[in-house]
Order: sequence, then structure tokens, then C-alpha cells
Amino acid sequence: MNTLMIDGKYIEVPEGTTILEAARRAGIYIPTLCDDPRLEPYGACRLCLVQVKGMPRPVTSCTTPATDGMEVQTSNEQIERIRKTIVELLLSDHPNDCMVCEKAGDCTLQELAYFYNLRENRFWGERRQYTRKDANPFIERDMEKCVLCGKCVRVCEEVQGVAAIDIAYRGFQAKVCPPFERDLDCEFCGQCVSVCPTGALIGKQSLGKGRQKDIKRVDTVCPYCGCGCNITLHVSRNEVIRVTSEPDTLNEGWLCVKGRFGFRFVNSPDRLKTPLIRRNGRFEEATWTEALGYIASNLKRIKKQYGADAIAGLSSARCTNEENYLFQKFMRAVIGTNNVDHCARY
Amino acid sequence: MAGLATVFGSGAMTNSIQEIEDNDLIFVIGSNTKENHPIVALRMIKAVRRGARLIVADPRKVPLVRFAHLWLQQKPGTDVALLNSMMHVIVKEELYDREFIVERTEGFNREFLDNLEEYTPEVGEKITGVSKDKIIEAARLYATAERAGIYYTMGITQHSHGSDNVFSIANLALMCGNLGKESSGVNPLRGQNNVQGSTDMGCIPDSYPGYQKVNLPAVKEKFEHLWGVKLSEKPGLTAPEMIFEAEAGNVRAMYIMGENPVLSDPDVNHTVKILKELDFLVVQDIFMTETAELAHVVLPAASFAEKDGTFTNTERRVQRIRKAIDPPGRARDDAWIIMELSKTMGYEMKYSHISEVFNEIGMAWPAVAGISYSRLERGGIQWPCPTSDHPGTPYLFKGGFPRGRGRFTTVRFRPSMEPPDEEYPFVLTTGRQLFQYHTGTMTRRVDPINKVAPEPYVEIHPDDALRMDIQDGEMVRVSSRRGSIRLKAMVVKRPEPGVVFIPFHFKEAAANVLTDGHALDPLCKIPELKVCAVRIEKDRA
Amino acid sequence: MGREVEIKICMGTGGLAAGGRAVMNAFAEGLKAEGIDAKVSENCSIHQVGCRGFCARDVLVDVIIDGKRTTYQYIKPEMVEQIIKNHIIGGEVVQDWTVKEDYQAFHDKQVKVVLADCGEVDPEDIDSYISRRGYEALQKVFREMTPEKVINTIEASGLRGRGGAGFPTGVKWDFARRNPGDVKYIICNADEGDPGAFMDRSVIEGNPHSVIEGMIIGAYAIGAHHGYVYIRAEYPLAVERLKIALEQARQRGFLGRDILGSGFDFDIKIKLGAGAFVCGEETALIASIEGKRGMPRPKPPFPAQKGLWGKPTVINNVETLANVPAIIRNGALWFAKFGTEKSKGTKVFALTGKVNNTGLIEVPMGISLREIIYDIGGGIEGGRKLKAVQTGGPSGGCIPAEYIDISVDYESLARMGSIVGSGGMVVMDETDCMVNIAKYFLEFTQAESCGKCVPCRIGTKRLLEILSRITDGRGRPGDIDLLVTLSEDVKAGSLCGLGQTAPNPVLSTIKYFRDEYEAHIHEKRCPAGVCKNLLTYTIIEEFCKGCTMCARVCPAGAIVGEKKQPHHIVQEICIKCGACFETCKFKAIKKG
Repeated sequence: MNTLMIDGKYIEVPEGTTILEAARRAGIYIPTLCDDPRLEPYGACRLCLVQVKGMPRPVTSCTTPATDGMEVQTSNEQIERIRKTIVELLLSDHPNDCMVCEKAGDCTLQELAYFYNLRENRFWGERRQYTRKDANPFIERDMEKCVLCGKCVRVCEEVQGVAAIDIAYRGFQAKVCPPFERDLDCEFCGQCVSVCPTGALIGKQSLGKGRQKDIKRVDTVCPYCGCGCNITLHVSRNEVIRVTSEPDTLNEGWLCVKGRFGFRFVNSPDRLKTPLIRRNGRFEEATWTEALGYIASNLKRIKKQYGADAIAGLSSARCTNEENYLFQKFMRAVIGTNNVDHCARY
Repeated sequence: MAGLATVFGSGAMTNSIQEIEDNDLIFVIGSNTKENHPIVALRMIKAVRRGARLIVADPRKVPLVRFAHLWLQQKPGTDVALLNSMMHVIVKEELYDREFIVERTEGFNREFLDNLEEYTPEVGEKITGVSKDKIIEAARLYATAERAGIYYTMGITQHSHGSDNVFSIANLALMCGNLGKESSGVNPLRGQNNVQGSTDMGCIPDSYPGYQKVNLPAVKEKFEHLWGVKLSEKPGLTAPEMIFEAEAGNVRAMYIMGENPVLSDPDVNHTVKILKELDFLVVQDIFMTETAELAHVVLPAASFAEKDGTFTNTERRVQRIRKAIDPPGRARDDAWIIMELSKTMGYEMKYSHISEVFNEIGMAWPAVAGISYSRLERGGIQWPCPTSDHPGTPYLFKGGFPRGRGRFTTVRFRPSMEPPDEEYPFVLTTGRQLFQYHTGTMTRRVDPINKVAPEPYVEIHPDDALRMDIQDGEMVRVSSRRGSIRLKAMVVKRPEPGVVFIPFHFKEAAANVLTDGHALDPLCKIPELKVCAVRIEKDRA
Repeated sequence: MGREVEIKICMGTGGLAAGGRAVMNAFAEGLKAEGIDAKVSENCSIHQVGCRGFCARDVLVDVIIDGKRTTYQYIKPEMVEQIIKNHIIGGEVVQDWTVKEDYQAFHDKQVKVVLADCGEVDPEDIDSYISRRGYEALQKVFREMTPEKVINTIEASGLRGRGGAGFPTGVKWDFARRNPGDVKYIICNADEGDPGAFMDRSVIEGNPHSVIEGMIIGAYAIGAHHGYVYIRAEYPLAVERLKIALEQARQRGFLGRDILGSGFDFDIKIKLGAGAFVCGEETALIASIEGKRGMPRPKPPFPAQKGLWGKPTVINNVETLANVPAIIRNGALWFAKFGTEKSKGTKVFALTGKVNNTGLIEVPMGISLREIIYDIGGGIEGGRKLKAVQTGGPSGGCIPAEYIDISVDYESLARMGSIVGSGGMVVMDETDCMVNIAKYFLEFTQAESCGKCVPCRIGTKRLLEILSRITDGRGRPGDIDLLVTLSEDVKAGSLCGLGQTAPNPVLSTIKYFRDEYEAHIHEKRCPAGVCKNLLTYTIIEEFCKGCTMCARVCPAGAIVGEKKQPHHIVQEICIKCGACFETCKFKAIKKG
């Protein structure tokens, strides 16, 4: 364990902890854009600069390991000035169209602009302008909003093992893109969307579906494979418009293409909306009372005629534990048979 | 699951997903993890980045192979030979865990060892097509690892010898003492969000909730007491048996909730014919599935986003799902439907909230007795969790196996039921791909997914394609003894020559038209979906 | 004949560009025609040699007869015949073509350690190097020195990194040696990226074995068995000669397994860079070798702790390594006697700009700028006034003329707001606009920024934009302060050396030439007459003879007037190209 002092506070942290992690543990806020504890430290945004006693210049707290006896100042006049300059520089090369941006209300850059009260900008100048749109069906890539934090590049390589994108070009023209600026063609897990601090990467299905402030967030579990990933449904007007996952969940916030982007079936117009009874070879709409009464009489008839074991039930691996429990209870206690199974075999 | 239950006394993943990152060896066999359990695969990749070794055994060059140190490209259906051969090496080189075998297992005897004797690496190579050097290397890597985990899915189980495959895996883990500790075990990855839960909940014909056998009088009495009715002690029918019995006229009615057996079961044509002939079929689902179209009554259910409840994931973790939106129209959640139907049938199920159902489950099954909705608010809990102060169980068998000692099983290699022949020269293996899911009921209604994975295809090796003059993207006809489908050829080096792969998501060219519904594992009744013989022709239509 | 004849022809990039290959062929053919087979004869040989620094005088040819050397300059193939006839056969030096005193003066104040054999040895012939004590140091190391002793010697010599930062080489080696690890690497950084710099290229082209020998000694010192030379693909000749040299070194057992029976294994691979300035930065260079995009990462960990493929790695510049064999051969004390207290040895500079003698020079640390400019450089072109000296390339700064007597060493230049850097030295006179110079360097650094960190990516862009508007005459009051504050933030905030030093040209020019900035902003005037938008060309009527020359060269048709009558320039049409100014024989056109 190392003990260091941050802003006059003594903090004990294990070997290998960065100054940023140590500060967070102590509840000390340091602004960042490119840090994600799940990714390798990167040190690009320079917002997390801190002054370490004895060092000639400010250092990035996200990359500098905390050492024993270290004295750290997370803020001073120079550091605040640099941070403000950095945010101003970013805003000087940003569309600043927050009023129509999907990310408004959940955008780190917007927060920083607010925090540093940047109504004016000393550095207006040329802004990157890209007209080309990526035709992939999942991810809207608006590279004018990209702050080059590199999170998408890192998550794609380090976590997903795909490396579908990287930074191309140099200097002001540096840009995150797939090889040769082709359309994105990858696993479409959307981890990049989940880590993007600005509106540069947005799920296409969510576009125009609702502002962040109007969204109800409901924590639940992914309905696809057995991984059991924790997801958060974003709901607006009784519609699921987006799926996210928090970094502190069992899946560490990572999802796959189905979990993140495969939610639209819920609000599909094809959904069954009413009970249907087949009459004369055609389905006719029915009330619940009609339908349930019809089923009950038929099941009773067959049970009476052929015995309970002439009835079989298939339950579902897609349904809840409670529903599965009730289903087998129904088959066993009400019908009177053990003919109940589900698709574990398939 | 029955396979694992036989050897350990419990059938589930022995370890947690999170523990994967601390594995120093990962052995993936019969699992296309990167596509089918993507988030589990991420943990594997993380482990590899941290220095773990990864062995992948799969007939196809699945995406995870890219991260593997060793890829064993076995012929489909030869897992037993591969595993026995590895064990042969481990025994020969005395790399097994003597202490573990003596203290915690039984059946490591002459019969068992004599059987392994035959499976030299040379024999292994001959049967599996994997070079003997690789078999030896894999054996050494696995046996000498500190924290080795085995991960498998349907590539192991969907065979007429699926149970044998599982026994072999268990033998390997037992032999090397890779059980009962952190990051070390045998882990079947469950393919659907709540397969684990529906099995746990007793939606299997021989057990009540918690794997309590229906034919044990004490168990029956317990549930008769809990539910207040007389119950049958006669084990019921498995899903494939239901179809056979329906064909025989012994099953007259079926109630199918949230399943689409028409596409997911082997031999589609046969399944449709049988279901059509039923006296009465009720299907309860969120969409008009291929199965629902055959029903007499279709009931509109709520999706996962429209209800409260719990799912149990592949690592036995019980987690809360929460209602986010209202179901469309008159659709209702399945629990409401069952309770109403039950009431109509004259048996009232009285619960004022869904959590009360869960509490009743806890009364029926001690392993979840300690779990409650209020505890689940703070995150999922892995069963067993017998008491309200129990933290849950990340990995199983720490103190011992439920059945006492882990049992070695002597397993002999049996070929698949339908080997290729002159008429049907290709081995067909089926499975899922990344973008689509299962029978496509959900994902095929998501536009962007259909843009990237729009249509069915058959993966065929370039050598085979060249020989038959089949171009990439060309329509071909694939036929088996059961039926025939038309779909595009994807000429790709993923399968080896002689093997073709078809994902089963697509109803317009359902892979299960081709598979054999009669080739079942004798113990688990699992159909052999991973191996059947097919013929491929250029489509002339 | 009985005479020993040796002909050495400069075939560095400069020599080749001036026609060195043709000159060499002319000698070979000419001698053959005269019945002297230069290739066969034991006593007549033609050698290609590397750069000797004075590229402006290429093709330079040495004719050495019985040890007596005559150097010819500006030689073209058609001149060869006469040299052969008169000099080689006739014994009469062709006096008109030989170098004069200024050539001598160019060399007088130089001290050559690194370049000692450049221009002497044939870079494609290992024996030529060996004949001049080549690989002697390596044998000495294996014979009598432990790795620790090698490191001690280098430390004692005071050798500091010649790539720019000036970190003590011995200390760096010591770190790498002490860091535990079974695998270590040594990398030679030959990614010379400063505009106008060609020190490292010349060393590799002229004497590649000296770098290889230095690397082997370094590898032995730190315990590395694998080395890389990271060299830009834009240096095809250097790459070619390096390849040949490596192959020859392998054949002679200086590289490979069990080198010279020492039990030490070491070999070197060449890795070509795609010409990214930032790849001169250690961590970016490592990323590039690993096949990734050349982007720096924050330090710590330093490469000596976690470098190439995560292993302890030493990265030394070409010139640094080329110093090593000489230090080992002659001892630390010999080396330390050159230079100042803290800056030892010599430094190679690429002397360019407005001096009469441009070229590659090697001077002892501590020499004054005055000596470099006036003695070696032969003074300012056209006798104009010195304005400033820019050292250290895009990372460096401008030192104004009044400080011409400062000592050239790491500390002194740093105190002036500049750096020694890798060795660029640009001399500027009164016709150079300092705002424009700053803009020039910012254009370079902005284009070469990797784009990773915000201050460098956008900060240098905004600095450049402000400089551009000042030189365009759109400067605003407050721009100077804005430049200063932004420069300071970019310096303090950037990730790597590129961004941390990129504002130096801005800050140092503002520091010493603030009045020029002010003239641009407030008076809309470029005092040096460089910034086009701030220029007006006018015709002084009393000087104009009405010759019409100016009107004829004006591409915009902006000059009007009758023959024999004073002309005038229509300012709205004038594009300020300066053609009229250049053309007028009567100095009737005023720029200002």
C-alpha cells in the first residue's frame, strides 16, 4: 500500500493505482474525457493534469502511478487555466449544436463547457467539416463531434478484440475511421457508442426519439443469450428507444449487437395484441374471457376423454422464473401431468 | 445438464463469468463463444490479454480462434475421441492430480484406464483429424495449468452421444483436479436468457423445482402439501417425446408458451405435420410464430420489457427484470395469463405481487430460499443461497460434490448416427451466428440486424465449392433424408472440406428441415442437431 | 608508374544530386581510356565516400597521389578528362578548380569526432572502415570491459543524447541494464525529421559502421540481443548503405551469434518509418515498430522500463551512437576534453539559411555562434545584417543577433529559450520576417502533430491561425497576448515533446522580436518585406525610365504607363508577386 496526499488529504491505495483512481476513491473530482477505468490509460485529453510536488510540469493523473509519499495538487491557477483552454479548444472545433444533439444532457463536453462557463471562446477558427455519412445500419458516426479521446478505438481493440477503427491522418485532420474510410463493418457491439463522451457516436435507432431529460431509465436483464447482461432500457412515450449498460454491472457495461441494438422487436407493429381463436380455419379476435374459457373447456374435455397425460406443455426459456414456475405448477397441479418441458435441449 | 448432474450431482456452470479473467487456461470446446456468448468471450479475451492460454476445439474456424494459442479443428461429432486421447496423454505422462482423484472422486479404476489405453494420440488423430502433436500439446497445457476452465455449449450436447461428450469433459476436469475452486471448472454456457431458470423451476418432465424428482414419494408429498392438490408420480415426456407421442395419438393437446418448436426442433416438416394433427393447440407468444400459426388459440403475451420477475443466467445468478413499458393492446404477461387460465379451470393461484411467486419458489427449493426481491435490488445472487444472510455461491463444489464423490465415467467413442455416404456426402452442422438469434422471432424484426444479416446461407469450403463449381453467393439446394432447402452458398474457409454449416435462424430456409428428429441422445433425449448427412447441388430453379 | 593514386568522390545524397555518379563513371572511363584500370590496378583506386559537409561545393573530388591530397570542387563529368590528363598523368594540379582558402576556413574551426571518417571511408566497404580503426572499440570492449565498465566509461565521457533532449547516455544505459527482464532492446533512432536537418542521414550514408559498432557496444552494455534501426523510408541511400553494412558486419562476425567469440549474441533489423516527425519521439517510435500508429504515450513508464513489446528498451540517436566507438577507443577523458562543463564532446549541425557556406559541420560544444556563422559559415550572404539564428528546428527557438557570442551548448541555448535539438541551425538576416518564420515552423508542427492530445492537435492549429492572420494583415490587438497564453498552455499541457516544444518558435520570436509582431498588427506592415498581404509595390517616378520591363513581367497586368514615361502600379490588381521588383534595373520599385 502507498500513502499519498491529494489536496491535503491522506489516501492509502494499493500499488499500481493511478493518481486519478486514488483521487476518485477519496471523492476528489478531476475532470477527464479520455479516461475509462476499463481501458488502458491513454493520457490524450490532458484535462486530468495535476501538479505533483517535485515534478517540473503538471502530469496526467490518469497515467501517473500513485507512489508513497507523493503530494498532489489537483487544481491550481495554471492547471485550471490549461483545462479551460483545452475545453475552449475543443469547443472551437465542435459544431456546438447542442440544441439538436442527441447527446445533449448526457455529454461530457457539454458538462465541461458549463462547468467552465464558456459562453465566449478565444479560439474560434477552422472547424473540421465532414459531409460523408457512414451507411452502416447501427451507428451514426458524426466525426465533427469527435474529441479524439480514443476510447472507441481502445475499446474496439482492447475489449472487443476487433480493431475495426483507428485514428487516421495527422494533426488537426486526425480522424477516427475504419480502414480507408469505408463504411463501418464490424461486430456492431456498440461498445464504442457506449464509451463516447460526446455525440460523435450515437445508435441510429435512437435518433430523434427523445431528449435525455424525458427518458425513463429502467434497469433489467437482456432477453437474449444466457450471459445475463444487465441492461438499462431507455423509455420514452411507452417506447424503448435505447439500451445501455452501466460499467459497474456484471457485464462491466459491455453488450453485444443484439443486447444493445436488438430491442426494436418490443415495439414492433407485428406484436400480438389480442387473443385469437381459430374458427373455420381463420383466426378471429377474441376477448380474454372468451379465449380462456375456450381453452379451459377444451383442455377439460381432452383430460376427461384421454386422461391428463394426453396433454403436454412446453414452457419457455425466454420467460421469467416466476412464469416458468407457474407454468409447471399449472401443468402439474391443474392439468395433473408431468408432461412439461422446455427447450434446454435445443 | 442431466450429464453433469449424473457425475457431480448438479448440472450448471460450476464457476462465474467473472472468474474467467483469472483463468490461466481456457479450453473452449463446441462453443462459438464470440458469436453466441459475446460477453463471456470478452472475459476470455481479457484473460488472454492477461496471459492466459486459450485452446479452442471446433470443426469451424469460429471467431474466437483468432485469439487462441491452439486450435483443434476436429471433425464434427468426434469430441469423445479427442478428449479421451487427451486423457490418454495425461495418464501416460502422469500429469493427473493424484490427490484430488483419491480424495474427491470415484471410478478412476482399471476399467476406466483400460478404455483410455486405446485412445493413443495416433488413434485420436485418425478419428478427429487433429494432429497428434496438437492433441499432446493441448493435454499438457490443460493438465499443467493452475486454474483451467472448460467452456462448452451445444456443440457438445446436441449429439446422439451428447451425454458421453459431457461425461468426457467431466472426466478430464476430475482427472486434473480442475474443480471446486475459483476460476477452475466445467462450464456449460446457456444459450437463452433463462434456460437455467426454466430448468431450475421444474419445467422438465422428471423434476419439480430444484431438481426434486417427481417419482420420489417424499418430494411428491411436499409439493402436494404446498399446492394443496394430488400430483402424479409418473415422469412426463420430454419435448421430442411429446412429438412422438402426439404422432402415436397419445398426446392430444399441447400448451406452448414462448417457444417456436417448428423452427427450433429437428425435422421441421415432421414437426408441422404432428402439431397440425393435434386435437387442441394453444400457443402463447409475443409474435405470430411459425408454431402459433398452427394453433387453435393464440394468446398475446408481454415481452421482457413489459413485466417484472427474475431471470437466472448461465452462471446461476438470479437477477431482477423490471417492467419498463406497457404491453401493446390487450397483451398480458404470461403469469397473469396462466393464473387466469388456472382460475378458469377451477384452481385459483393467489398472488398479490409477482414477488410472492418467488417466495413460494423459495419454500419449494431451499437453494433459493435466501433470495428475495428486496435483496435482488442490490444486484443478482448466485444460487445456492439458502438463507437471507448467505452471499450466494460464485463457484460450486468447494466443499465437495452434492453426490459425494465426483464420478468418472468410462466413455467409448461412438460415431454420429448419420455419417456421410455417397448419396449425402457432406456433414451438416448447425448453429447460430452473431447477429440473428435463435428462430429469429425477435431479431428478424429489428431492421438494422436484418440489413447486416439478411438471409440464410450455407458455409462451404472453397475446395468443395470449386469441385462442384459453386460460386460465392450462388443459390444452392441442400437436401437430407428429411427434406430440402434452397439458400445462398457462402464460400469460406470456416468449415473444413466435407463439412457445411447452416445457421438455423431463417424460416425461409430452415436448417431444421434437414436435421434428424429421431437421432436422440439416449440419456438426455437431446437431438443430434450438430451432425447429419446432406447433399449439395447447384440450384436449377 | 609506381605512384599510389586514390580518387575519392563525394557520393552522399548531396554529391549524388550534384552528379557524383557521373563524375565517378567519368573517372573510371577516363582512366581506362588512358590505360589505367582503376578497378584492377593495385595502385590506382576510385572510392565513393560520404558527405564531408560542404555540400554546396559538390561534386567534391579528392585526388590523392602518393599521399598528397588535392581537393577539387564543383566538378562535372566533362571536367574529369582534364584532371586525369593534367594532374594524374601530367602531375600538374588544375589550380582553377581546386578548393580555396574559404574551403579551408570552413573546416578550420570544426572538430570531427562523429564525422571524422565521413568523406574518408567508403561506406560500402567494411575494410575501409576497419582500416581506420573500425571495430577496434568493439574488440576492446569484448577483450577487457564488463558491461558496467562500458557504462561507466560512457557516463564519465559526459556524452548526452544528440537527438534533442540531451539526456546523459550512460545514465540511460544504466537504467535499462538495471531494469529486470530477459529480453531487452536497443533502438537506433534514425527518424530524422526536422526540416532541413540531415546530420543523421549523412552519418549513415558516410560511415554506417560507426553507428553499427556503437549499437553493438550499447547492446552489450544493457544486455540486449536484438536491435532495430528505425529509419525513414525517405532516406533510400542511407537505408541501402545500412543494409550493405549490416550484411558485411554479419559476414565478419560483428553481428549474429557469439560475436567475435565473446559469447554475446546480437543482431540488428532495419525498420522503415513512413516519415512522420512524431515518430522521432521515443514512445511513438516504439508504437510504430510494433506496427501501430505512431503515437506517443505518456511516460512513465519510460522505455527503459517498458519499451518495445513491453520490454526494457534503450533508444539512442544516430549521432549519439556514432560517438561511442571513438569514446571507447580513445577513452572518456579524451572525449570530455571537448566542450563545456556540462556539455561534452562535439555536435553536428546542419548549417543553413543566409550564410555563405552552408553544409554539415561538427563543432566542439561551447563554440560561439559568431564563430559558427562568421568563421565556418563565412558570414551572411550579400554582406547583409544577421538578424537571428534558429536552432533546434521546430522545437527550438530564435536567438537574436545581439546574443551572437553565447556559447553553443545545452544549457546556454536553453537559457535563451531555444535548444540544441538534433542540430538544425538556420541563419536569418534582415530580409527574414520573424512572424513568418514562426508561422513556417507552426505549419510544420501542426501538420506533423499526431492528433492525440488536444493542446497539440487544436492548440497548434489555433496558434497557426493567429500567426496566419497576423501575417495576412488581419491581426487584432490582443493577438500577441493570446499567442503567448495559448503557447504556454500548449507547452505545459501537451503529451509529448512535439507539443511541449512546438510553441517555442512563437514564444522566442515574440520575446526578441515583439516589435515585428506589433508592426504587423498595428501598422499592417511587415518590416522585413516578406508578408505579401502587407506589402505594397510602388514605382518611384523619378527613378522610372519607362523601359516597360516591369509591365511586361507583371502576370496580373497591374502596371500601366506609356513608353519612356514613368509607370505606376494599380494596387487593386497587384498580386504582390514581386516580379517587377526583381526585374527593375533602376531600383525604381519600392517594396514596403
